[in-house]
Amino acid sequence: MKKDLLGIDDLTRDEIYLVLDTAEAMREIGQRPIKKVPTLRGKTIVNLFYEPSTRTRTSFEIAEKRLSADTLNIAVATSSVLKGETLADTAMNIEAMAPDMIVLRHASSGAGHLLSRICRSRIINAGDGMHEHPTQALLDAFTIREHKKRIDGLKVTIVGDLMHSRVLRSNVLLLTKLGADVWVSGPPTLVPTGIERLGVRVSPAIDEAVTGADVIMMLRIQQERMHGAFIPSLREYFNIFGMTKARVARAKPEVIIMHPGPMNRGVEIASDVADGPYSVILEQVANGVAVRMAVLYLLAGGADAD
Amino acid sequence: MSKWILRGGRVVDPANGRDGTFDVLIDGGRIACVGRDLPIDGDIKVVDVPSGLVVCPGLIDMHVHLREPGHEHKETVATGCAAAVAGGFTAVACMPNTNPVNDNAGVTGYILTRAAEANLARVYPIGAVSRGQQGEQLADIGELKAAGCVAITDDGHPVATAMLMRRALEYSTLFNMPVIEHCEEQTLKADGVAHEGFHASALGLRGIPGEAESIMALRDIALAELTRGVLHIAHMSARQTLDAVRYGKSRGARVTCEVTPHHFILTDEMLGAPVAYDTNVKMNPPLREAADRDAMLAGIADGSVDAVATDHAPHHADEKHVEFDRAPFGITGLETAVSLCLDRLVHAGVVPLSRLVELLSVNPARILNVPGGSLAEGAPADLTILAPEMRVTISAAAMRSRSRNTPFDGWKLRGGVAATIVGGCAVYVNEQVSLQL
Ligand SMILES: [Zn+2]
Repeated sequence: MKKDLLGIDDLTRDEIYLVLDTAEAMREIGQRPIKKVPTLRGKTIVNLFYEPSTRTRTSFEIAEKRLSADTLNIAVATSSVLKGETLADTAMNIEAMAPDMIVLRHASSGAGHLLSRICRSRIINAGDGMHEHPTQALLDAFTIREHKKRIDGLKVTIVGDLMHSRVLRSNVLLLTKLGADVWVSGPPTLVPTGIERLGVRVSPAIDEAVTGADVIMMLRIQQERMHGAFIPSLREYFNIFGMTKARVARAKPEVIIMHPGPMNRGVEIASDVADGPYSVILEQVANGVAVRMAVLYLLAGGADAD
Repeated sequence: MSKWILRGGRVVDPANGRDGTFDVLIDGGRIACVGRDLPIDGDIKVVDVPSGLVVCPGLIDMHVHLREPGHEHKETVATGCAAAVAGGFTAVACMPNTNPVNDNAGVTGYILTRAAEANLARVYPIGAVSRGQQGEQLADIGELKAAGCVAITDDGHPVATAMLMRRALEYSTLFNMPVIEHCEEQTLKADGVAHEGFHASALGLRGIPGEAESIMALRDIALAELTRGVLHIAHMSARQTLDAVRYGKSRGARVTCEVTPHHFILTDEMLGAPVAYDTNVKMNPPLREAADRDAMLAGIADGSVDAVATDHAPHHADEKHVEFDRAPFGITGLETAVSLCLDRLVHAGVVPLSRLVELLSVNPARILNVPGGSLAEGAPADLTILAPEMRVTISAAAMRSRSRNTPFDGWKLRGGVAATIVGGCAVYVNEQVSLQL
């Protein structure tokens, strides 16, 4: 593995499979009565979060604690960033305390790359702006593989706000690397220019995009997207792109429905789909801990760290 | 050394149809005579020009940010002028987006005083179109002209309304001053930080389409036709803008344009590699696609492009050492332009040397109506001596500019500056050449 995990590009195919296989072992730890192993004892991990994210931060924190790492949470309010010290200065201050890893969540794309150039500590990108969220894609792949026993050759359809989504970018890179047939669908206003060069099929026709899908992955639509005139209204969005039972019926019978959360029920996904039999949304959350344990363990040196 | 002669160099002086071996006699800071085997009487100092060097009219960078007053931590008039002469420029035209804005004679006078103190390159201030560059009321353009401004622009804050642009184009004809426009349709640019294309998409950076530039250029060209005003389009980056300029010229509009070296050399591929999210490839307008870069080269080759300017935009290292979307736009250019132009335009076979001299000297002087661009008898003795075969390694650390924000650090190029002469005085001599100036 490279020093840092800034994006899926940092991982080879084999390394992705190594993470997924390691996550299987890690999940087993979470099923024990005492959910803790000494693997990362004596290691210090800083969770540096510039955006509020209960879900991702909690998931990393639990993963770190199960591996016995010493963890420190630093939450920086976005408002204080404007007047406060720069990311580079914060990084150098944290670095002076010699942590082993820094888990970074930041609103700016490439913030992890900046940190990586400053720090000797290993950097794990927990979401940078509209760029990448690699551990989310890894846990999604883990969840898909668990249900489908493979990723190669599956039709995966990703629907929603493609432009602003770091989950999209990481998933596209990972799934295409593992040989999936990736389709993306969303309003043309929210399709990033040139996205097809990443090897995906772009289809604004949602019904076509979901037909025969093995996996449907929904992306969150943010309320404020009306302001940039990306969509006229949430109501219209739901009518045209919302995942309803009727749409799901076009997919393969054993299709799974995924969502990185937090969900907007009635905006991108109907409640009966979110809570329905094909939904694996809560499994994704559970798998997140195991996958993050695997990433932490492998970046710390894998077996060498034991 | 009031009377001296530059003997035996290749003189490239396209304004006077010269390209060959000539002597240049300089007397009292002016060109006294250019000819073959000029007679040398007793008290004339003779400077022999080593073979391979080229004597041309002084280069003029018509688009620089000297940052003074107000942003002296980035650059001052003195450091900017030192960078200019080291880069082969005998004159620079500086943008008004200082603090306070150069929208009145006081600021213009201050800049000219600082330039006189530095006593290196000539400085031609460019005044604001609108008061405070706020885009509402015209600045006192007559006052700016009288104080020494040679053009007007709201560079950095494009003139947002068609009405104000119309008025600026009309009113400036009183003073024979061009209106220089940084073409950008602000609502389309929005909060974009990079060219809208595959690379920005993959990196999750908000895009700025080429049309944000070309739409504004088309508007301004239409207004130039309406008013018969004189329009100059700054730092053109998009192929659509070049098409707009060609269209305007074909219809007889009084429009000219410039391109920066980075826009005819680099592309948006640099956003991701070799250094991902390098803030030294963040500038406005942004680096565009290969098709745009190639269009710029084609425009330079076919004569559609009038000038090469650097858009020298120094920023302090601390300001650039931040997240990509929070970094200021801009890179330095004064000390890299000549090497880049010689390597990528002349040696690459895009244009002959005489055409490069037109782009960097003759045409900027003509567009701004300033002296220079010619070695005619009686013209100021502003000369640049080029060393087209010199091997140059760009070194940000060695630059005279107060700022180091260049994406070209470490580049190895063929072609450099041997010496820079302003008003008959050598203000820069490259220690690598043996010139007894
Ligand atoms: Zn500009």
